[in-house]
Amino acid sequence: MHGKGKAVCLAADIDTDLVIAGRYLRTKDRSLWGQHVFEDLDPKLAPRLKGSVIVAGKNFGCGSSREQAAIALHEAGVLAVVAPTFARIFFRNAINIGLPLIESNLNCIDGQIVSFDLSSGWVESGGKRRMVRALSPRMLDILKAGGLIEYWKGKR
Amino acid sequence: MSTLSERILKAPAGEYVDRKVDRAYVHDGTGVLTLEAWKNMGKRGLHDPSSLSVIFDHIVPANNSTTAALQHELRGFALSSFMNFLDIGEGICHQCMSEGVVLPGEIVVGADSHSCTLGAFGAFATGVGASDMAAIWMNGETWFRVPETIGIHLTGSLEGATEAKDLALKYVGELGMDGSTYQSLEFIGESAKGLSIDDRLVLCNLAVETGAKTGMFYADNVTKKYLAEFGHTIVPQLPESCNYVKELEIELSDIVPLIAVPPRVDTVKPVHDLAGLPIDQVFVGTCTNGRYSDLVRFASIVKGNKVSVRTIVVPASRTTLTEAIRTGLLADIVKAGCVIGIPGCGPCLGAHMGVIGEGEVCLSTANRNFKNRMGVGGQIYLSSVSTAATSAIIGEITEPGVF
Ligand code: SF4
Repeated sequence: MHGKGKAVCLAADIDTDLVIAGRYLRTKDRSLWGQHVFEDLDPKLAPRLKGSVIVAGKNFGCGSSREQAAIALHEAGVLAVVAPTFARIFFRNAINIGLPLIESNLNCIDGQIVSFDLSSGWVESGGKRRMVRALSPRMLDILKAGGLIEYWKGKR
Repeated sequence: MSTLSERILKAPAGEYVDRKVDRAYVHDGTGVLTLEAWKNMGKRGLHDPSSLSVIFDHIVPANNSTTAALQHELRGFALSSFMNFLDIGEGICHQCMSEGVVLPGEIVVGADSHSCTLGAFGAFATGVGASDMAAIWMNGETWFRVPETIGIHLTGSLEGATEAKDLALKYVGELGMDGSTYQSLEFIGESAKGLSIDDRLVLCNLAVETGAKTGMFYADNVTKKYLAEFGHTIVPQLPESCNYVKELEIELSDIVPLIAVPPRVDTVKPVHDLAGLPIDQVFVGTCTNGRYSDLVRFASIVKGNKVSVRTIVVPASRTTLTEAIRTGLLADIVKAGCVIGIPGCGPCLGAHMGVIGEGEVCLSTANRNFKNRMGVGGQIYLSSVSTAATSAIIGEITEPGVF
């Protein structure tokens, strides 16, 4: 539930069509989503995402309910996404596939190290630590399990 | 005193609750991933297949053999597991669920963001992703955070060539794309009662474009009459005085024909300001504006005229299409030079049949104009059916009311 990575700064209101375009949805090959993530936003972004923490503006993940958007970020190696607010379906989807989300209005400097700990509820960058709103206990459990599939598998 | 969401979810705003889901549905897009997630969860059966629907609407008929194979698998599963299965051509999932399926007071979850459309019936209806849906298949329930509610008071009545879509764009413009994140919208006031079910579906459909969990109308006599045609007897829901986190007043007679400028749904301008902008394609349809009443308005404008740009009309459901055939509307639309698509989403999501090319402009009656959504390098403007019909004849964006 903790980690650190280099910040990749993004704007506000990034919709899920921009995260992964509709033309790539009809497949079960998850690696394809990782390859084409953010293609319509900036085709040079995908290779920079491995081990990164995305720091975006408000309302990240708005639009379509496609879970492929969260999966694409995960596949591309994004460790967590920080934003002041997230669109609610994306919020659920990300937690459900095991991608940590952090609600915080962080000042983003590209490449700066961002560290986070969701269990204790903080995010840190540039030497400043901020407390963040805790996830609900259920969401934390799902995230700890590695996603909703693992969560239910574990309950056999 | 409770909001409608609080009443249906039986808990105050802010609380987390587990609730039984009365109806859950997926489409050919989200269903594939749902089925995969459900299998990976250990295939522990389906809680109640009779409450589950699989509706093929997004890429219908399949556009290539990859899609066809995915649909083949999902179709086979839906049929063998006794879910309600609606194959290609039955219509857009939200529309099919609105034709006498969803009832007031129900908790409805769709694996699609526009599931909020069904709040038009006084149901709590919202969208989730594939993993959440797989867990609902298995358990028949899911968790919700009971949302705070924004009350939208409607007064007066729409005038001239304006329609519910203009009103919807108006509130989206005012609230903004994240104006109601994690919250729900309630449409209230005297004028809410005067709106038809089709108008309510339009207003609730765009709720998610402001980040809302859902948009809702109280079930009233209009709802009662509509559902009676499907053989349902319902009891209207009486609004109580309740606490809204925010209230918005909209006087309907102040509204003029509006248009959402790409790439944001909340960049809303009067059609007048964009008049003269050349367009390459007009698309009338979708879960926002592909209903029979939309085709009636469309046909009344194009009848006896010829469209001057390619115009694709996609009825929202088989029922819509059948009715348009029966009343002769379809002939009027075809004679005016339009192309008719198969009931479903059509080019809305940019995957199939009507995708636009680099540099092209489409005027669409849909709900999203995100970058590249209908095709790489294309631009989508969103308007009412009347604006779309009028603009189709002229070949450029034109204020309705001239035909
Ligand atoms: S018509 Fe468009 S917005 Fe509606 S469900 Fe289909 S793809 Fe989504």
